[in-house]
Amino acid sequence: MEEKTAVIKMRNITKSFGSVLANDKVWLDIYKGEILALLGENGSGKTTLMNMLSGIYYPDAGQIFMGENEVSIRSPKDAYDLGIGMIHQHFKLVDVLTAAENIILGMSGKGLLDMSAVNEKIRSICSLYGFDVDPEQKIYDMSVSQKQTVEIIKVLYRGADILILDEPTAVLTPQETDKLFAILRNMRDDGKAVIIITHKLHEVEELSDRVAILQRGRFVGDTLTKDTNAAEMTNMMVGHPVVLNIERPEPENVKERLRVENLTIRDIDGVKKLDDVSFSVGSGEILGIAGISGCGQKELLEAIAGLQPAESGSIFYIDTKTGEKEPLIGKKPREISAMGVALSFVPEDRLGMGLVANMDLTDNMMLRSFRRGKSVFADRKSPRELARRVVTELSVNTPSVDTPVRKLSGGNVQKILVGREISSAPTVLMTAYAVRGLDINSSYTIYDLINQQKQKGVAVIFVGEDLDVLVELCDRILILCGGKVSGIVDGRKTDKREIGRMMTSLGGESSEQQA
Amino acid sequence: MAGILSLVQAAIVFGTVILFGAIGEILTEKSGSLNLGVPGIMYIGGIAGLAGAYLYESSVSAPEPLLCFLIALFCTLIASCLAGLLYSFLTISLRANQNVTGLTLTIFGSGIANLFGGAMNKMAGGVGQISVSTTSAAYRTTLPFFRGISVLSSLGVLVYVAVILAIVMTWFLNRTRAGLNLRAVGENPATADAAGIKVTKLKYIATCTGAAITGLGGLYYVLDYIKGTWANDGGIEKLGWLAVALVIFARWKPVHAIWGSYLFGVLFWLYFYIPGLDRSSQELFKMLPYIVTIAVLVISSMRRSRENRPPAHLGLPYFREER
Repeated sequence: MEEKTAVIKMRNITKSFGSVLANDKVWLDIYKGEILALLGENGSGKTTLMNMLSGIYYPDAGQIFMGENEVSIRSPKDAYDLGIGMIHQHFKLVDVLTAAENIILGMSGKGLLDMSAVNEKIRSICSLYGFDVDPEQKIYDMSVSQKQTVEIIKVLYRGADILILDEPTAVLTPQETDKLFAILRNMRDDGKAVIIITHKLHEVEELSDRVAILQRGRFVGDTLTKDTNAAEMTNMMVGHPVVLNIERPEPENVKERLRVENLTIRDIDGVKKLDDVSFSVGSGEILGIAGISGCGQKELLEAIAGLQPAESGSIFYIDTKTGEKEPLIGKKPREISAMGVALSFVPEDRLGMGLVANMDLTDNMMLRSFRRGKSVFADRKSPRELARRVVTELSVNTPSVDTPVRKLSGGNVQKILVGREISSAPTVLMTAYAVRGLDINSSYTIYDLINQQKQKGVAVIFVGEDLDVLVELCDRILILCGGKVSGIVDGRKTDKREIGRMMTSLGGESSEQQA
Repeated sequence: MAGILSLVQAAIVFGTVILFGAIGEILTEKSGSLNLGVPGIMYIGGIAGLAGAYLYESSVSAPEPLLCFLIALFCTLIASCLAGLLYSFLTISLRANQNVTGLTLTIFGSGIANLFGGAMNKMAGGVGQISVSTTSAAYRTTLPFFRGISVLSSLGVLVYVAVILAIVMTWFLNRTRAGLNLRAVGENPATADAAGIKVTKLKYIATCTGAAITGLGGLYYVLDYIKGTWANDGGIEKLGWLAVALVIFARWKPVHAIWGSYLFGVLFWLYFYIPGLDRSSQELFKMLPYIVTIAVLVISSMRRSRENRPPAHLGLPYFREER
C-alpha cells in the first residue's frame, strides 16, 4: 500500500441531519486500481459519506482532497466533472426513455441530439467491459440487472474513473452477482477506483482488496481484505462480538397446516403470474420461497391471504387437531385473517403495504385490531400497549409511540410491521422480505422472532431475497421460476448455487421433488 | 359540396383556437405541471391582445397593419406568459396544489378579461361594441400562395403558425437535448435532478412558454374567430376546456393535436350542417368532441401502452429533500 498514493482523501468529514450525527470526523482514502468495500450496519453513515463524495449532500465540516488539491463537490455535476460517479441503491432512471437517452440525460453538448453517435459510444463501452445492453431498449422492458448495467454505463459514459456502488447486489441473483463482480474486477484492472457499499461480509471477502469499516458514523479503521476475516470485521462493525450463525431448530411435531393445489393466477393483463403451483406447509416448520423478484411471490402470498383472486386451483387450511380441511378460496380477507393467517409483506418502498406513513405507531397497530372492540368507539389502549411492547422488545428507535411512522428509518418501520403481524398470534405467518435492507443486528432479531414462532408450532412461509439466509434459516425451500414451481429442496442439503440455477431455469439440475 | 367545404373551413378556424391551447398545455404538462388554467390564460391572452390593438388604433388616425399585428401579438405573449409565471410561482416555488391553482387561474382570467372587455365596450360608446378592424384585418390576411385554394382561401396567418408550431414542438421534444431533459423532468424529477438537470428552472421555462402559446389561442379567437370584437359570453372558456381535452386526445403528442383539433372542429360544427335538427338535438351533437375524448381515454387505457400515458410525475410537486 505504501507505493500507492490515494486519489481521494476525505479528512474529518462531519455531517449531521437535525440532531442526528450521521458522519463524525471520518477519514477515508481511496486508491486507483483497487476495490474498496465500505462496510457498516444500517445507519452507520456509509451511504451518507458516499453521497457527499457524489454531490448529493455537502459536508458540514471537513475536507476532500483530490490528489493534492482540496475540492468542493456541491452537486452531482461537480462530482461527474471530477470523475466521480455513484450508482444508487434505488435506480435513478426514467422508465419511458431508452437506455441511451437515460445515459446522456442532463449532459451538456450540442442542442441537437445525435443518437446514432451516442449508441455507437455506448456499444464501445459495452464491448470494453463486457456489458450486454441494447442502447435502444426502453428501461421498462429491462430486468433489474439490466437496469443496473445501464446505471453503470451512465457513470462510465461520463468518463468517471471513481465508481461508487451502493448495495449493488441486493437485487441480483448469484449468477448476476458473479457477472457484476467480474465487470468490477475488469474496471479495477483498467485502473479505476471502485467503492462498494455493503453489509454482506462474504461479498467483501470475495471481491474487495481493501475494506473500510464505519460504526455509528465513525471511522473504525481500514485494512487489506486478505489480512482480516469475517469475525474480525463484524466485531469492528458492531463494536462487540456477534455470533454469525442463524439458528435452525429441528422442526418438531410437523403436521400439515396449509395446502396449495394447482394454483393458477393471471394478472389484469391476462399474463400468468402463477402457473399450476402446488405445495404444502406444516406447523412448526419454515418454508422458504426463493425466486427472482416478480416471479409470482407476491401473488402467491396474496392469494393465500385472500387478496388476489385465483383462476383455478385450491388452497386449504387444515386444522391440525381435527384434520378438517377448509378451503380458503372464496373467503374474504377478513375471514382468512380471523382464522390465524397473517401476512407481513415488506415491499421495496417499505411503506407501500401494511403501514400508513402518516399515522403514528399506535394507530398503525390499531389497523389490525380496530374491529375487535365492542362499542362504537375504538379501543386505543391495547394497541398503545402493543406499540410500547414492540418498541421495547425489538428495540425500535423512535421518540415515542405517537410519532408518525414516516419519520422513522426503514429498519425501524420494518420491525414495527413484522412485530405487529407476529403479535396477532397467527397459525400461519407469511412474511416477505422481512429483512430487506436491515443490518446484521436487526436481521438477527427478526430471524429469532421467526424461529420463536416456528417453535410455537406456527407454519411460517418466508419469502426472501438473500439466498444465504434462506439456506441457513429454512427447513424447506420452494423455488419459483416464472410463476412455476421449479422445485422444492431441503434447506439442510442444498446450497445457494443450486437454488440460483433453479431460479433461472425450471428444475435446475438436481431438484429434489417433494409433495 | 359547398356545405362540406364550409364545414371544413369552420372546423379549421375552430380547431386553430384549441390547437394553440393544446400545444401550450402539452409543453407545460411534459414538464410535470398540470395547468388547468388554460381557459383563463386564453382569456388573458385574448383581452391583452385586443386591448393593445384598441389602444393603438384609437390613438392614431391611420393605423399601420403590420404594427397592429405586432402590438397585439406582443401584448398577448407578455400577458399570458405572466399568467404562466404566476401559476409557476404558486405551484413550483410554493408547491401549491396544481389543480386548485389552475382552476383558480381560469376563474381569475375570465373575470379580469370580462371586466376589461366590458369596460372597453363601454368606452367605445355607440352600439356598445368595440372593433379593431385594422388589426383584425391584419390577422385575417390570407397568405398569398394559398389564395387560389378554395378551402384555404379565407384562413388567417395564425392557422399556419399553429400547425408549424405543433411540428416544431414535436421535433423539439424528441430530437433536442433540451427536449429530452424536459421529458425527464416530467417523468421523474428526482432522476433528472441527480443527472444535473435544473428541474425548477426547466419547469418555469416550460410552463411560462406553454402559457404564452396557449395565450395565442385567445388572440386568434378574439381577432380572427370573432373578428376583433369582444363578447362576455364565455365562448373562450368552452374552447379552453376543449383544448385540455385535446391534450389527452392527442396523447401528449403535438402532431396528433393537429388533426385532432380539426376533428374536434368538425364534430363541434356538425350540428350546423345537418338539416332538421331542433335545439335539443343540436346540444346532443355539441357533446361529440367530449364523447370522442372519453372514448379515446378508454381505448388508450385499455391498450396500456407506456408511450400513450401522461408524464408519470404530472400534477405532483417536486421537493428535493422529501423522502
